[in-house]
Amino acid sequence: MKSLPASGLEQTFSLAWRSIVQLRRNPWELGDYSFQPILFLLLFVYVFGGAIAGSTDDYLTYMLPGIVVMNMMFVTVYVGHGLNTDLTSGYFDRLRAMPVARWAPLAGRITADLVKQAWSIVLLLGLGWLMGFRMEAPVWGLLSMVLLVLVFALAFSWVSVLVGVIARDPEHVHLFGFTALFPVTFVSNVFVPVETMPGWLQGVVMANPVSVLSDASRGLLLGGPWLAQAGITLAWAVGIIAVFAPLSLWALRRRLK
Amino acid sequence: MSEFAIEARGLVKQFGSTRAVDGVDLAVGPGRVLGLLGPNGAGKTTIVRILATLTRPDSGSATVADHDVVTEADQVRSRIGLTGQFASVDNRLTGFENLLLIGRLLGQSRRDARQGARTLLARFELAGAADRPVQGYSGGMRRRLDLAASLVGKPRILFLDEPTTGLDPRARRQLWNLIGELVTAGTTVLLTTQYLEEADALAEDILVIDHGRVIARGSPDELKARIGTRTLVVRPASPSAVETVSRVMTELTGSQPERQGGRLSVPANDPDLLSALVRRLDELEIALAELLLRSASLDEVFLALTGQRVESEQDQPQVES
Repeated sequence: MKSLPASGLEQTFSLAWRSIVQLRRNPWELGDYSFQPILFLLLFVYVFGGAIAGSTDDYLTYMLPGIVVMNMMFVTVYVGHGLNTDLTSGYFDRLRAMPVARWAPLAGRITADLVKQAWSIVLLLGLGWLMGFRMEAPVWGLLSMVLLVLVFALAFSWVSVLVGVIARDPEHVHLFGFTALFPVTFVSNVFVPVETMPGWLQGVVMANPVSVLSDASRGLLLGGPWLAQAGITLAWAVGIIAVFAPLSLWALRRRLK
Repeated sequence: MSEFAIEARGLVKQFGSTRAVDGVDLAVGPGRVLGLLGPNGAGKTTIVRILATLTRPDSGSATVADHDVVTEADQVRSRIGLTGQFASVDNRLTGFENLLLIGRLLGQSRRDARQGARTLLARFELAGAADRPVQGYSGGMRRRLDLAASLVGKPRILFLDEPTTGLDPRARRQLWNLIGELVTAGTTVLLTTQYLEEADALAEDILVIDHGRVIARGSPDELKARIGTRTLVVRPASPSAVETVSRVMTELTGSQPERQGGRLSVPANDPDLLSALVRRLDELEIALAELLLRSASLDEVFLALTGQRVESEQDQPQVES
């Protein structure tokens, strides 16, 4: 039996299936998509919420869109983590010695990442709803918000890809992910409004795409302004891809030499 | 159409200032087994990586199944199987899922891929572990799965890069048998190994590689015959006599014997040597626990060719006299 070569798209889906099936055996990763955001949401709302916003309900309304964005950033780490695992274990070589489209392994990772991202977003919004969060915008607002977060995730995955290509082993990908992402996500308006911060910090916070995307998400879910923020977010996404995609591919070629 | 399944001319690959591969020519006829024998870092893996389209040669060219490894890489890829040095299977998938995924990537229908996976797992004695994650597999099971994964596309040409490194003797023998079956079925195999027993057991032709160059080629027997010598092995009954025996052996053969524990070995060409040695030791009243004259092992061939030892797993079998 001679089989026809599978198309790159089919291969991408097969490899995405692989990343998702793997989750069953990696409770830590699944935890990062599921329990960690739940924990953050519960802790911040019920422990700090009253102090920050006066009431836990008000804080939930403010913070839920932001924590969706923050969580999205952390989930992207696994794109680089998985890629690095394949590079260091020799699995990537196995794929390269097969008639598999050159771009399919990366595309498979990123596709799987989007599924995981969607899962996390639904989980957080569902829990938020149970805790009392109510949308004040029509359904298209919700859909646009999810779409916008996914688009940014897609772009930011390329940063993770670069780290995954450069890092010596998967642990270093994690280490980088956490040391770099904590400041990036905390120095933003995810948890507290920017007005409460010192002036010099406000500039930094407002320039942070995490803040911009969080504002856009709030607008889309709560019926506030969003168009400008969504536009800036998309510009960031394009910029990140323009810089990190070529850089990642260059680094990958170097590593595979 | 070339008469060879694998053919390479003047392969060169440079990494920084080291020439990992330095002008290698090789040819493997269809259905034959070529072994690349050499120590760690000799360039064996780089040669395999070039032939399996993973690394581009800096110069030289190679064809695999009549396709150029650089310009027709995809045609080559659909005709080869590769089992790398590290069992490159996915630890977080089951054995079955690993093979299913590869079948799907190769364009098999879901049904064919499932069926093919089950068949291979049964053939490689992994049916019982098929639905367990690879994480829990033993080293031998992992290697068998890796080999099975290389066979999903039914390749006619197989590259095995140190297929049994790190396996215990039983698992190694089991893998050798599987490879032997593939060869019997007509698969062309190029394998690298640091183990002489392995090259001896599997390969019909051997290239001895050192510092990126081919330093000798031939069948295992030709290589052994090439240095022409047999080896005299002596073990005195008492360890205290080792020094004296060593001196006598040096006198008789003109070369310093090599010492492994209480055992001395030295190349021996003169057929009268054995009796001369026995006479001398008898005069000195030294009792022997072991005395034999055997043909050279590949290890000694390698030592003679390079002045360097190949890693040997087990000592030579003991022969008591």
